[in-house]
Amino acid sequence: MFAGFISFGRLILGTLRDLTPIILVITFFQIVVLEQPFPNLENVLVGLLLVMLGLALFIQGLEMGLFPLGESMAKAFARKGSLAWLLTFAFALGFGVTVAEPALIAIAGEAAAAAHEAGLIAGDDAALSDYAAGLRYTVAVSVGAALLLGVFRIVKGWPIKYFIIGGYLLVSVITSFAPPEIVGIAYDAGGVTTGTVTVPLVTALGVGLASSIKGRNPLIDGFGLIAFASLMPMIFVLIYGMLF
Amino acid sequence: MEEGLPRIADSLMGTALDILPMVIVLFGFQALVLRERLPNLRRTVIGLVYVVLGLALFLIGLEQALFPIGRTMAEQLGSFAFVHGHTADGVSIIEWHDYMWLYFFAATIGFATTIAEPSLMAVAMKARDVSGGAVNPWGLRIAVATGVAIGVTLGCIRIVTGAPLSDSLMLGYGFLIVQTVLAPKAIIPLAFDTGGVTTSTVTVPLVAALGLGLASTIPGRSPLIDGFGLIAFASLFPMITVMGYAQFSAWRHRRSASEPNDVDAARKEEET
Repeated sequence: MFAGFISFGRLILGTLRDLTPIILVITFFQIVVLEQPFPNLENVLVGLLLVMLGLALFIQGLEMGLFPLGESMAKAFARKGSLAWLLTFAFALGFGVTVAEPALIAIAGEAAAAAHEAGLIAGDDAALSDYAAGLRYTVAVSVGAALLLGVFRIVKGWPIKYFIIGGYLLVSVITSFAPPEIVGIAYDAGGVTTGTVTVPLVTALGVGLASSIKGRNPLIDGFGLIAFASLMPMIFVLIYGMLF
Repeated sequence: MEEGLPRIADSLMGTALDILPMVIVLFGFQALVLRERLPNLRRTVIGLVYVVLGLALFLIGLEQALFPIGRTMAEQLGSFAFVHGHTADGVSIIEWHDYMWLYFFAATIGFATTIAEPSLMAVAMKARDVSGGAVNPWGLRIAVATGVAIGVTLGCIRIVTGAPLSDSLMLGYGFLIVQTVLAPKAIIPLAFDTGGVTTSTVTVPLVAALGLGLASTIPGRSPLIDGFGLIAFASLFPMITVMGYAQFSAWRHRRSASEPNDVDAARKEEET
């Protein structure tokens, strides 16, 4: 118990190293460039302590909970040996974590407004909310499809190179056809789908899967799920923007 | 701190709701399909509670300590240089180098926020474990952060000069594709994962503020299009720098491997 406290204390101090750059940058610009004092310094210090404590807890929780959970589930699926269930799980996970993502709901609303301004859809409430909901489900399905495809790739051991090159070529080509209003939103949709809790879990899942299938290398085959999950929404949203 | 507790409860609730769908999917499949008891169930649940609690505290702290100043700073630096660009007589022509302080801020804040990004820490930790220590977590994080710094800075220069977003991105993607063909294959999946990871909790709020501030002070720029574009730049360049870093190490390795003693070791490493 005591040793646990000491190692957690060390973890908290360790986070100071992660935060030093950001503290230095803000302080330098506030004092040297903008020449302004810090507003409510004590608030800032309390906030920093919370950030350190939070980061240490998060890292501790990754090692204790999220990483083992992802890995043991990947191993259990590999033992079960049913590819259909594994792919269903991958799709459900991708769809489930994305469809309720607050950042995505916000972006879908903005996108509907932008599409109306561009004259793509009518301005009444029903049309706007239909467009926003359509976009939201498009992104959620695309993340589900991305994890499904990514997991299938790990099982088959196909090199990721061709998927990535093909994907970015496709994005480049569709970008030149899609309405300009949707392009920024499409690129952003790739970013919102990879939340801070999803990333470690999905990474652990991929690595766990690659290390429990014979002949797969966890480094070469296990990573790449996040890459799929950020590329696929771009493609789906660009296509959605062209269709509606 | 009187208003502190409700705020913590609020943020905790929000984070818990965020991960609820994930927990339902995980435990649903565990109970209905896999039908196995998780090893160390108690420890895992405690770990998940730590993750939620930690993330909630982290976000409250950032919102209290760094985000407000950072956002104001991003907005001020955009207009700060503008004020010094001889607006008094109304013949001000915006030159891209009027914004030097802003570029410096963009580079340093892009670097600094990426180093503090929790999901990047998670990926770096996993990469270290999986590679048996061959991938140094700090080396990886610094390579990614350098990429974000370059991306955000070039993105700001692009907003100031008004080069079209889709052309610049396509140029970047073209470069990325060529580099993917040439890079050592072990680094490729990791490099592309880092592109998705950088656009997360700490980086996005500050970088978006920078883009919005800049786009709204320069005539003819759309905050919607240009603010988004900055984030796309921030996720493109880490892939380039991470692969570049691996290419550089491989090149240095090959050079030292040409000495007789190292040849076997290098060959062995290539095989694994």
